[in-house]
Amino acid sequence: MTETILDLAEITLRELNQTLQNSANGAFRVTNPRGAHAVAAGLHTDVEVHIDGSVGYYCAGMHQVGTVRVEGNASTGLAENIMSGKVHITGSATMSAGATGNGGLVVIEGNSGARCGISMKGVDIVVGGNVGHMSAFMGQAGNLVVLGDAANDLGDSLYEANIFVRGKVASLGADCIEKEMRAEHVETLTRLLAEAGMDADPADFTRFGSARELYNFHVDDIDAELAARSTGA
Amino acid sequence: MSEQPFSQQPWNLRESYTYDRNVIAEIRRAANTGIYRIRGWGAKRELPTLDDLVFLGASMSRYPLEGYREACGTDIVIGEGRAENPVKLDIPITIAGMSFGSLSANAKEALGRGASAMGTSTTTGDGGMTSEERGHSNTLVYQYLPSRYGMNPDDLRKADAIEIVVGQGAKPGGGGMLMGQKINERVAQMRTLPEGIDQRSACRHPDWTGPDDLAIKIVELREIVNHRVPIYVKVGAARPYYDTALSVKAGADAVVVDGMQGGTAATQDVFIEHVGIPTIAAIPEAVRALQELGVHREVKLIAAGGMRSGADVAKAIALGADAVSIGTAALIAIGDNDPALEAEYNKLGTSAGYWEDFQAGNDPAGITTQDPALSGRLDPVIGGRRLANYLKVLSVEAQTLARACGKSHVTNLEPEDLAALTVEAAAMAKVPLAGTGWVPGG
Repeated sequence: MTETILDLAEITLRELNQTLQNSANGAFRVTNPRGAHAVAAGLHTDVEVHIDGSVGYYCAGMHQVGTVRVEGNASTGLAENIMSGKVHITGSATMSAGATGNGGLVVIEGNSGARCGISMKGVDIVVGGNVGHMSAFMGQAGNLVVLGDAANDLGDSLYEANIFVRGKVASLGADCIEKEMRAEHVETLTRLLAEAGMDADPADFTRFGSARELYNFHVDDIDAELAARSTGA
Repeated sequence: MSEQPFSQQPWNLRESYTYDRNVIAEIRRAANTGIYRIRGWGAKRELPTLDDLVFLGASMSRYPLEGYREACGTDIVIGEGRAENPVKLDIPITIAGMSFGSLSANAKEALGRGASAMGTSTTTGDGGMTSEERGHSNTLVYQYLPSRYGMNPDDLRKADAIEIVVGQGAKPGGGGMLMGQKINERVAQMRTLPEGIDQRSACRHPDWTGPDDLAIKIVELREIVNHRVPIYVKVGAARPYYDTALSVKAGADAVVVDGMQGGTAATQDVFIEHVGIPTIAAIPEAVRALQELGVHREVKLIAAGGMRSGADVAKAIALGADAVSIGTAALIAIGDNDPALEAEYNKLGTSAGYWEDFQAGNDPAGITTQDPALSGRLDPVIGGRRLANYLKVLSVEAQTLARACGKSHVTNLEPEDLAALTVEAAAMAKVPLAGTGWVPGG
């Protein structure tokens, strides 16, 4: 497929994103990103975007269809609220990668900073290196796969997201516990590692999930207890 | 000596100011349950309000406009020259963000019908956009909240404006709540949460912190909607001068400042009554920031929190707001706390006019519930008509006051048209105490 070159040294961010958003399909190569923010944000058609260099905040934000590949690093909010499709970076990401993502796959070959996968709602995230503190905080659905180590408070206030870690976990957050790795989890992990192009043995991973102790308020009712006692109920 | 039993002597029935019946009941409730009080509505204690201001109607030195004949505009435009499709409203009164989940689908539809009939906007809420509200709201503002529940870029593109919610008047610094009774299958699906959990939303956005990040977030949102619609930033009134200035710096087209009288579907009582500042104190500080930055009346200011009447609307605008936003009053208009439902309220241990348990999901009026039988009680067409009538009254009342001050448009009202009835109101609103030229602290 012929690639169309979009040079951010020559065109504005708005021209770049309008071109990508208005293309029904096709392959594009973005050159000279120079850490620009919101590169390839809001893509909702089946385009393939290759970015030569590092990007700033919100690269591929709210991504819906197609593929974005970054040859470099990404700053805060990589693929935030991704709905579907694939975002892959060869370097590292800073804070909040894949935040609130509803679907699709985010692959980070390097490390990811704090709050990777925060409030994730169905996205799958595979990190080749380590993740920072409070990763998968309030994670609702989806899978976070970490081939390296996880920093403090992993999975704090977790809902139904799954976390798989191959390395060490500094500490677990509130209501996050180690869980049994059942056959369906091995199957999911095997598939995600393959889709991410990562060479790792699922048997080396530990699964973490929610203890579900924080799902509801715990409310006492002494008066009702006493009333029941007095009636012998 | 009286022959009345001691227990009936008048001096024995003296209620403590410090430990009144409400305080005693709350101590007993806390001791029984071990959980803080969660409720809806807004602050119930006495606070300085816009009632503490009066208009100085025209006389010899000012000329009034004829009340029923001369034109007095009420329209406002938000985002003009800043977004390709600015929001154009016929009246300066908008409907505040209230989620599907906290409200029934019929209630959302009623709000949309009423607002659209009067040419104004409604706002989504935590939990995303429903087809009902998009279908019945000609102008719909899409809230972008910390939880991002139901956040979908397709819906973002359907919106007529985006409101980034940093905080809410009822709970600045706190996140939303939705109790398990109201998380049915549809709500759970929209929010990607298990049914029946007590949902406690995040209070911070997951992918930005501070005004510098917010500026970049606004760039991203503009890119995603192709610079088509205006972007508002909503803050709970706590430090409105700084929050407004920083919102402007970040690129907001409008700032929504929500005072502590602002309502909520559910949060801790301690938050509702003890966090934030009153609306009357918040508006002038937000205006000061806009004026110092040279963008007053360009970046629009929408004031919210306890707006009930056309007088409130006119006073907020005279203090420098461009529009107001109503929530609690809109719910009352469509049927909340209706005396006709007194027997139903009594069954819940309360009475019409007092009911505040929006979090409970058993609203007799069918507004703050997801129970199909209860929500079916609310006729969205009738509710919409009631809201439209109410909005019409607010607008005409505001016009009446503006004309009395000689103004041909409500946004021509100014602080010079006001006087304060109390020293506190004079200090907060920065207008003179009535009958004097004294502005405390001025």
